Amino acid sequence: MRMTDEEEAMLAGAAGPARQWAIKHQLAVGKFFDAADFVSVAQAHIMADTESLGESGVAWLESLAALPQKDRRVRIPTITDPRGLDMDSYKRLRQSDAMATLEARPVTAFEALGVLMTNTCINYQTVLPPVRGEHLAMGDTGVVIYSNGVQGARSNFEGGPSALAAGLTGRTPRYGFHLDQHRIGTRHFHVTHQPRDLADWGALGGIVGRATNSYWGVPVVTGIDSAPNSDALKHFGAALASFGSVAMFHMPGITPEAATLTEAFGGKPAPAAETIGAEAYEAFFANFAAKGDKVDVVVFAAPQLSIIEMEQLAGLLDGRQIDKATTLIVATSPENKFAADRMGLTARIEGAGGVVAAGICFYQSYAREMAEANGWQRLLTNSAKLVNIIAGYGYKPSLASMERCVESACQGRIV
Amino acid sequence: MPIVLKCHAGLGSKVTGTALVADDNFSARYDLDRLKGMFSRPQHKLYGQSYADKILVLVTAKGGVASAWMLREMTERKLAPKAIIFDRTNTILAQGAAFADMTMVDRFEAGRPSDLIRTGDELLIDPENGEVTILNRDA
Repeated sequence: MRMTDEEEAMLAGAAGPARQWAIKHQLAVGKFFDAADFVSVAQAHIMADTESLGESGVAWLESLAALPQKDRRVRIPTITDPRGLDMDSYKRLRQSDAMATLEARPVTAFEALGVLMTNTCINYQTVLPPVRGEHLAMGDTGVVIYSNGVQGARSNFEGGPSALAAGLTGRTPRYGFHLDQHRIGTRHFHVTHQPRDLADWGALGGIVGRATNSYWGVPVVTGIDSAPNSDALKHFGAALASFGSVAMFHMPGITPEAATLTEAFGGKPAPAAETIGAEAYEAFFANFAAKGDKVDVVVFAAPQLSIIEMEQLAGLLDGRQIDKATTLIVATSPENKFAADRMGLTARIEGAGGVVAAGICFYQSYAREMAEANGWQRLLTNSAKLVNIIAGYGYKPSLASMERCVESACQGRIV
Repeated sequence: MPIVLKCHAGLGSKVTGTALVADDNFSARYDLDRLKGMFSRPQHKLYGQSYADKILVLVTAKGGVASAWMLREMTERKLAPKAIIFDRTNTILAQGAAFADMTMVDRFEAGRPSDLIRTGDELLIDPENGEVTILNRDA
């Protein structure tokens, strides 16, 4: 890889051991992906919940935090993905004090590194939305696909160590979705059945994701009859990334890098479309159907809820009471939680028996241990991403619209 | 003559071990019980099998940024695969392998490694030279 004098100096240790580790790590990754050089990035976003960090990851972060200030501070705005635990609600979710103690340590370490603890996977809605052409180092697959597809910014999936490395060096290896040639459509899907709600948008993302099934695939979706809102594309992208490891998509006429179908395919003729009709959605939902089953936990998360989703949920819960044998959890960003408190939404949701947690996203929050501590098995959600993930933690997941999730939570059974 | 498969130059150091192969994908967050060292997602083709000290041969890496931290944590607890071979990895697993100093290769000249390698094969991976040798079978 070509390196500037500044990069060579970092590699030689002139900017301290943290930046030396960071550029060395980035060089190994860059060579693996045949990067020609580094590209400056404007923001980094770090996924580093304690469940995935483990004791060894926490101790490693603390070793960086113990360095002198000039050697340890990030060089660009660097923010965080959801954490493993919300200090205000963890006891209600039967997470342990030991988890809370472990959680406090990386937070202290990140703060010493100059990282802003935003604790959110919807930073594109709440913190600093990416801009077309901006190069970024985003962690969280849902953030990356939204930044690339919806906003036209440029990021690869950056795992926690790599995102932190980008924060420390202010750059990342130029490969993958930083390059024009990887952003061109590779598959064409035509939708003949319009998604009606967020669960449908997630299902569509899941269907396209399963079919594409490659980080290097770029699906182009046509047939959407009007511009979806940010929450719809949030669920679509998160599911697409989760089911297919996909990081980029185009919707001609809707997303910024493809005004037309031809443009989506880089000026070449579009390949024949694979049609997605009502039966594809039905088959997708049938994978996660469990009508009549007792429901242990209803989860609204993955991604965290916008203030608009929280208002919709509060409206559905007004005058209702969640069944005593069912837990309903809402995960949102800390900023949205403050707003929801101020606007009375938290009180409406919790008044019906729900739990509103801030800065977590459920699956990153010791999901297995929560299931064991609470005796949860059957989980219902309107997030296609969550049903894809959560079976690995011992849950039986079901997918339904927000309305059906609420009705099921109140009846204690899946309706 | 042992079978030599050419691939893209990889990450980590030379390693030998026994292959565990599936026509399926990989995510440390979604697919594994990392405390037991087993595949735990019921839909996974290696469900219920131990991955400890095996060379995993799979198709691609799935979403889940957490895997980048998890490979190192698994390695430090000595309950990790020896190496992972993909047809084509995503960025996270490559970054995770670099962070964990785990051996990883992908992009084979002869096709998908899950079609070329069988469970139980004894493998030698040479990531620097982009080669995987099947030691127990002749070409």
